[in-house]
Amino acid sequence: MTIRHIPLPILIGIAIILLTLICALFAPWIAPYGETEVVGDVWQAPNDHFLFGLDNLGRDLLSRLIYGARITVFVALSATVISFTLGIVLSFTAAVSKGIVDTTLSRLNDLMMSIPTLIFALVLLTAVPQNLTTLILVMAILDSTRVFRLGRAVALDVAVMDFVEAAQLRGEGTWWIILREILPNTLSPLLAEFGLRFAFAILFLSTLSFLGLGIQPPYADWGGMVKDNKDGIIFGISAALIPGAAIAILSVSVNLVVDWMMKRTSSLKGGRGDA
Amino acid sequence: MTELPHKPSGSRLPFHQRFPLAIRIGERLLLSLLLLLAVSVLIFGGIEVLPGDFAETYLGQSATPTAVANIRSELGLDRPLTVRYVEWLRALVQGDFGTSWASGSSVSEQISKRLGNSLFLAFCAAVISIPLAVGLGLVSVRYRNRIPDRLINIVSLTAVSLPEFFVGYLLIMVFVVQIGGAAFPATVYEGMSLPDRLNAIALPVATLVLVVLAHMMRMTRAAIISVMSSAYMETAELKGLGKFRAIVRHAAPNALSPIINVVALNLAYLVVGVVVVEVVFVYPGMGQFMVDAVTVRDLPVVQACGLIFAAIYILLNMLADILAIIANPRLRHPR
Amino acid sequence: MPDKLEKSSPKGQMLSVRNLKIEATSYPQGGAPRRISIVDDISFDLGKGKVLGLIGESGAGKSTIGLAALAYGRGGVEITGGQVLLDGEDLLTASNTRIRQIRGSRVCYVSQSAAASFNPAHRLGEQVVEAAIRHKLMNREEAHKRACHLFSILGLPDPHTFGSRYPHQVSGGQLQRAMTAMALCSSPDLIVFDEPTTALDVTTQIDVLAAIKHAIEETGTSALYITHDLAVVAQVADDIMVLRNGRTVEYGPVQKIIDAPSEDYTRKLVNVRSIRHSQASGQNLPFFEMIGITAGYAGGVDVLHEVSLHVAKGQTLAIVGESGSGKSTLARVATGLLPPSSGEVVLDGQELRPALKQRSRDELRKVQLIYQMADTAMNPRQTVGDIIGRPLTFYDGLRGSARKAKVVELLDQIEMGKAFIDRYPAELSGGQKQRVAIARALAASPELIICDEPTSALDPLVADGILKLLLDLQAERQLSYVFITHDIAIVRAIADSVAVMFQGELVRFGPKSDVLSPPFDDYTDLLLKSVPEMRPGWLEEVIASRKQASADN
Repeated sequence: MTIRHIPLPILIGIAIILLTLICALFAPWIAPYGETEVVGDVWQAPNDHFLFGLDNLGRDLLSRLIYGARITVFVALSATVISFTLGIVLSFTAAVSKGIVDTTLSRLNDLMMSIPTLIFALVLLTAVPQNLTTLILVMAILDSTRVFRLGRAVALDVAVMDFVEAAQLRGEGTWWIILREILPNTLSPLLAEFGLRFAFAILFLSTLSFLGLGIQPPYADWGGMVKDNKDGIIFGISAALIPGAAIAILSVSVNLVVDWMMKRTSSLKGGRGDA
Repeated sequence: MTELPHKPSGSRLPFHQRFPLAIRIGERLLLSLLLLLAVSVLIFGGIEVLPGDFAETYLGQSATPTAVANIRSELGLDRPLTVRYVEWLRALVQGDFGTSWASGSSVSEQISKRLGNSLFLAFCAAVISIPLAVGLGLVSVRYRNRIPDRLINIVSLTAVSLPEFFVGYLLIMVFVVQIGGAAFPATVYEGMSLPDRLNAIALPVATLVLVVLAHMMRMTRAAIISVMSSAYMETAELKGLGKFRAIVRHAAPNALSPIINVVALNLAYLVVGVVVVEVVFVYPGMGQFMVDAVTVRDLPVVQACGLIFAAIYILLNMLADILAIIANPRLRHPR
Repeated sequence: MPDKLEKSSPKGQMLSVRNLKIEATSYPQGGAPRRISIVDDISFDLGKGKVLGLIGESGAGKSTIGLAALAYGRGGVEITGGQVLLDGEDLLTASNTRIRQIRGSRVCYVSQSAAASFNPAHRLGEQVVEAAIRHKLMNREEAHKRACHLFSILGLPDPHTFGSRYPHQVSGGQLQRAMTAMALCSSPDLIVFDEPTTALDVTTQIDVLAAIKHAIEETGTSALYITHDLAVVAQVADDIMVLRNGRTVEYGPVQKIIDAPSEDYTRKLVNVRSIRHSQASGQNLPFFEMIGITAGYAGGVDVLHEVSLHVAKGQTLAIVGESGSGKSTLARVATGLLPPSSGEVVLDGQELRPALKQRSRDELRKVQLIYQMADTAMNPRQTVGDIIGRPLTFYDGLRGSARKAKVVELLDQIEMGKAFIDRYPAELSGGQKQRVAIARALAASPELIICDEPTSALDPLVADGILKLLLDLQAERQLSYVFITHDIAIVRAIADSVAVMFQGELVRFGPKSDVLSPPFDDYTDLLLKSVPEMRPGWLEEVIASRKQASADN
């Protein structure tokens, strides 16, 4: 598999994801101005110094965009990692132990999923103090219900295979069965799901921030930047559209790459899987 | 050996074997009711078990011990949780959602106007998006793996990844600022004529349609493809039936139930999409109301809105399941 | 029903296939797509009212040829050369409209799995008459009358009301007959039967087979009969074509193919199951014993009732029965996967604890299981070396080079060689996979191996090789086998003692020579008589003797 076999749109997608990660990691060195530094007039139009223009308080949009990548990616990624760990551990436990454990966990999960995610988040965010930790935890816990559902289905698909029964007949322990027999056979769908959940986390975080319930000012995050600048839209000032487009482009890129990866690996039934 | 004895039909069989359909639907109704009750517990009780004292959070910076104690007794937070829950539920069954902490007025009254607005918005979006999604899904299957299908695939994949507010502001930028003519903000009021009302909500509806269409279309396509690749479709082809006849007679009855499911799922999604779209277009609906209440931590309003949104969501999912049960020939015609 | 017009092609043949060539495009992972040939240079003639049997192993291209008679390529295969002449008209050059006219009216198809081929949303009767009505061969009333008539010819219960049922309301055997009725309803010139009885139990198979044969004779249609079982095709066909890898091996009248095959491959097919294992004497010293086993699944009724049987050291006990007889449940009880509600399992004089979790590692080691589907019995992400090596590490603590040496030794014993050690299961053939599964069982140094239909998913010649291997290993290592099967021929070939199961009960148990000779109980009699024999005329004899028996009662 070489780089030439990857279609162009996918290559662009990968490049955008990498660019975002680089911005997130090295924001202070890349950004031309400070995150909260006021450098000119309110909503000043783009020029040679300010590539994307200035925002509602006269801060450089490009710099804030780069800093925004940092917090947006950090929160979305942390939430995804936590939700994944939680969802996978619980779902595999449910699938392997069956019986009452499975029933209890599954019913609880059904209950959580019967409230729309955004609505549930709104209810929870009313009650908890607003800070990064609670935000990440609320996002992670709500999202883990989706991971649980997929993880359980995938694990059950594999758990009914004869080779798992053969391992039980040999006398293998539960952890060996989960780690050595089941997990390797569920990696590709789970990997794809991780990508999709990450894309969703970016959208979800941005939505919360846009509603004023996510990351709090003065920190720059993409959803919050849309909220800050939305009043300019009606005057034809596109400052709100730029962070919106950044969210859209990153999310499209992740989805494209994941979609492509799923198509490539879905035909693989085993063997030297390159997923 | 394996031939089944012909079972005596009708009256002697127990009820649940004669009417498995009724039983299944009854079960599903009961389940929804239980779910709704559990959700009410979650929405009411969940907040209480969360870490941090609500009164402190409510007051924020100004949380002195006396202020906290005052606010607790003022809001009735000093009484036991179960007592408050039972009271809340009892009032709720009578249609009373309590009093807003922020405005001091009745929550039910405020919600009743806004709920209608939100449902109207969602309804208009549904009326446009459902036929469009099913139609595009059919086109996509008809030209499977050819240019129209690939085009639809890429466009819909992109649309799925766009945040609602971005689509909304983009539409405002184009149709209000650049071209002009579309209404913003989407203000509606009582006694507004239907054409005016429709004009006001044109952009919010367009946003919702764009967002929900892609999801619905992709799922419809998958559902149709799974039916089209089944063995009985090959049988139809080998019977020499025309493509149209095969689709109408053999694919459609079986694709109906998965498509109904897709539609219901996305309608539920629509209900939530309303929240963001209402904020973008400053539309006086439930979503905007709830977000405002969350910002000022007006708990009774948040709980009421949360419960109503969840109830609509549960109701739609239940409808989908019941329709799927009815569409299943195995249950309609028991052995 | 209108009388069928006499149609005759120049040569008086209903179907003539000339130099048929069928190809497909395969898309190997990471490589460029390439054309592969599926069927090459096939020619045959089928006269009016005659039946041609197409026989071969999986991958021989027999179904593909059958579907070519309807000018249909399944799943991306393309008919790229030759002629398919139906009554002198070439279907391969016909227009789409013309082909649609022919399908369902002049050529019809009966698939292997009627259960999937019927639309679950419509009544059987509606689906049976649909083609006849759509092609305007008869009006609705006539069509339903004919369907009714066919239901009764095919021996379906309540022919007048049968059509008003839905597919899920009738059994598999009935569905297969209904599918035959669907094909016959338009009074076609030709019917393609694609393994119509393969998915059925043996006792059901002969009923359906007899019904199909009767219906073909009654209606005078021509037929292509596709199967992998030579004994089955010998009952219905006039001519047989033996296929291998998409090419003709031998083509001729049934009698000649069976009595005097000229090709080596055909001879092997005719003589399959030629293993003769002489029955061991002294079977009364039980090595493995199940005593009074009653078992069932949670919340359900009992699947096994008071079953007692045993096998001696180094011998084979065959357990025969049809689906639902409880034979696989017996294996689950023996291995501890399903603890019985009463009764005990004894190995070498020691009672094995009922549940898997209670058994010691050494007890687990002694009893090994070989599965029917080698595909799902091995982790697709592990190499052959890992699969065979794990029991060595787990039970004996072997690692590194010691383990590898032992794996190579085992690979040698299953006649595969050490080149396979780094292969993944996906890179093996069906027979090779089953051999690896045997090696994995051997790696545990077991004393008893339970074989759950290990050959039923394999082609007959490959299955033969597996059976021979099992017998050799038994002689070498004094292994005891409990061999679960539905195939009496296998029982004859390898068993020392036999247990016959029916609906969860043991109906007959003892040395093979006793169980397989009269006097029989009713079920064993039926079972034995249902096994097709490789001679024409056998089917008629069985049906006649059954009629006789029911007349006597």
